[in-house]
Amino acid sequence: MGIIMENRLTNFILSIADTTLILAQRNAEWCGHGPILEQDIAITNISLDLLGQSRNFYQYAAQIIGNNATEDSLAYLRTEREFKNLLLVEQPNGDWGQTILRQYLFSQYQYLLFEQLQNNADEQLAAICTKALKEIKYHVRWSSEWVVRLGDGTAESKERMLNAIDELWSYTGEMFIPAEYEKEMGIDFNALQNNWSAKVKALFTEATLSVPENIYMQSGGKQGIHTEHLGLILTELQYVQRAYPNSQW
Amino acid sequence: MSIQNFEQHFQAQIDNEIKIEPKDWMPEAYRKTNIRQISQHAHSEIVGMLPEGNWISRAPSLKRKAILIAKAQDEAGHGLYLYSAAETLGMSRDEMIADLHSGKAKYSSIFNYPTLSWADVGAIGWLVDGAAIMNQVMLTRTSYGPYARAMVRICKEESFHQRQGFESLLVLSKGTAEQKAMCQDAINRWWWPSLMMFGPKDTESTNSDQSMKWKIKRKTNDELRQNFVDMIAEQIKVLGMKLPDNKLNWNEQRKHYDFGEINWDEFWAVVKGNGPCNKQRLAARRKAHEEGRWVREAAMAYTEKKKSKSSLEAA
Repeated sequence: MGIIMENRLTNFILSIADTTLILAQRNAEWCGHGPILEQDIAITNISLDLLGQSRNFYQYAAQIIGNNATEDSLAYLRTEREFKNLLLVEQPNGDWGQTILRQYLFSQYQYLLFEQLQNNADEQLAAICTKALKEIKYHVRWSSEWVVRLGDGTAESKERMLNAIDELWSYTGEMFIPAEYEKEMGIDFNALQNNWSAKVKALFTEATLSVPENIYMQSGGKQGIHTEHLGLILTELQYVQRAYPNSQW
Repeated sequence: MSIQNFEQHFQAQIDNEIKIEPKDWMPEAYRKTNIRQISQHAHSEIVGMLPEGNWISRAPSLKRKAILIAKAQDEAGHGLYLYSAAETLGMSRDEMIADLHSGKAKYSSIFNYPTLSWADVGAIGWLVDGAAIMNQVMLTRTSYGPYARAMVRICKEESFHQRQGFESLLVLSKGTAEQKAMCQDAINRWWWPSLMMFGPKDTESTNSDQSMKWKIKRKTNDELRQNFVDMIAEQIKVLGMKLPDNKLNWNEQRKHYDFGEINWDEFWAVVKGNGPCNKQRLAARRKAHEEGRWVREAAMAYTEKKKSKSSLEAA
C-alpha cells in the first residue's frame, strides 16, 4: 500500500474511532441518571457498544501506524485539532429527546455507511464493520422507537423533539461531505445521503415531525475543526493519562 | 386454621429449609422486613452507580472505561431484579422509589462517601463489593424464594466485580510511586467505611434476632464482619499495601484477625444523613426522576394512543 493511501486509510479509521468514542463518552454521562431504570441500562449499553467499536478501530489504526501506538495513545494523547469525529456526536446530551435524536440521526447514518463498508476492499475494516452492524441495527431500532414515542407522545414531548431537531439538524450535513481521506474509500456518498434522507423522512412522518428545509449546515469535525464542546470532553477523558504520563493502568 | 396455626406452619417451613414463596401465608412483620431489606438493597445498587459513575468519563484507559461502564450497567440490572423481587411482596417500584426520594427508605451508607481518585474505583470493587459479597453469599440461602434466587445471579456478577477491582489495584501497586500512593490513600479512606457496611454490633442490632429465626439472615453482623477482615487481611499482602489499623493482628487462639474499633459516631452520623455525600446522592436521584417525568408521561401517552387506535381498528 502506498504511503498516501495508507495515511488516508489511517485517517479514515481514526475518524470513525473518534466519532464512536465521543458518542460513547456522551451517552455514558446518562449512566445513573436515566429517566427510568430500563432506559438507563439501554443507553449505557449503547455507550458500551460504541466504546467497543471505537476500540476495534483504534487498535487497527495503531497496528497500521506502528511506532508503539496503542488504542490508548490514540484516544488519550491526541489533541482536539487531531480528533476527526463528527460535530454531531460532541453536542451536549441536552434532555432525553435531544440524546435520542442525536443517537437516531447518527445510528441511521452509521448503519448505512457500515452496510457499504462491510464489502470494503480492506478486509479488516470490512470485518470490524460487519461485526458492528448487528449492534447498530439494535441502536437504530431502539432510537427510532423513542423518536416516534416522543414525537407522537404528549404536547410537551413533541415540543422538546422540535427543539432537539432545531439544535441538531445543522450538524447532519457534514456526514455526507467526503473529507479528503474519505474520497477513495469506495463509499457512495450520494446513495448514503439519499438513503439516509428517505429513512429519516419516513420516521419523522411516523413521529408526526417534519424534516427541516434550507438549514445552513455546519462542518469541520472531520478536519479537526470542532465546536467548543470537544476540548472540554477531551479534558475530562484524557485527564488521568495526562496528569500521570507514562503509567500503566 | 387459626393465626397461631398459620404461624406454626410458616415457622416449620422455614425450619425445614422450604423457601417461602409470594403466595404463601406469611406474618406481616416477615413481609415488611423483606420489603424493607430487599428495597434497601435495590436502592443501594442504584445509588451505588453514582460514586463509580463519577469516574466513567475519566477512566484512564479504554479497557478500564469499558469495564467500569459494564459494571455500572450490571448494578442497574441488579436493581431491576431486586425491585421485581420486592414487588412480589405487594409494594410497587414507584412506591419504593418514592420512599427513597423522601428519605424514608435507606440505602447502604457506603455510597455516601466520595470517589476522589481513580484508585477509589478499584478500592470500591475490592473492598465494598467484597463486603457486599459476604452478605450476599449468605442471602443466596435466605428464606424468601424470590430474594434468594435474585441473589444467586447477582453473586456471580459481584464476584467478578471484586476481582476486577483487586486487579486494577494490583496494577497500581506495581506502578509508579504516585500510583502506589494513590492506591494506599484509597485503601485508607475506604477500609473503615467498608467495615461499617456490616451494620451495628450484634449487641446493638435491633433487627437481628427475629431475622435469624426467620432465616432472612443466617449470620450475624459481627460474624460477617470478621469473615471479611480475615479475607482482606490476607489479600492485602498480595498488594503490598497496609490496612489503616494498627490493632490488626492474627490471633492464633481465635484463628481470626483481631482488629480495632470502628468509629461508631461516624457510622451513625452517616446513617442519619450527615455523610459527605448524602445530600448529593439523593439530589442526583431526585433530579433524574424529575427530569425523566415528561419522558415517562410521553411513553405512557403514546402507548395509550396505540391501544385506542388498535381497538378502533378491531371494532
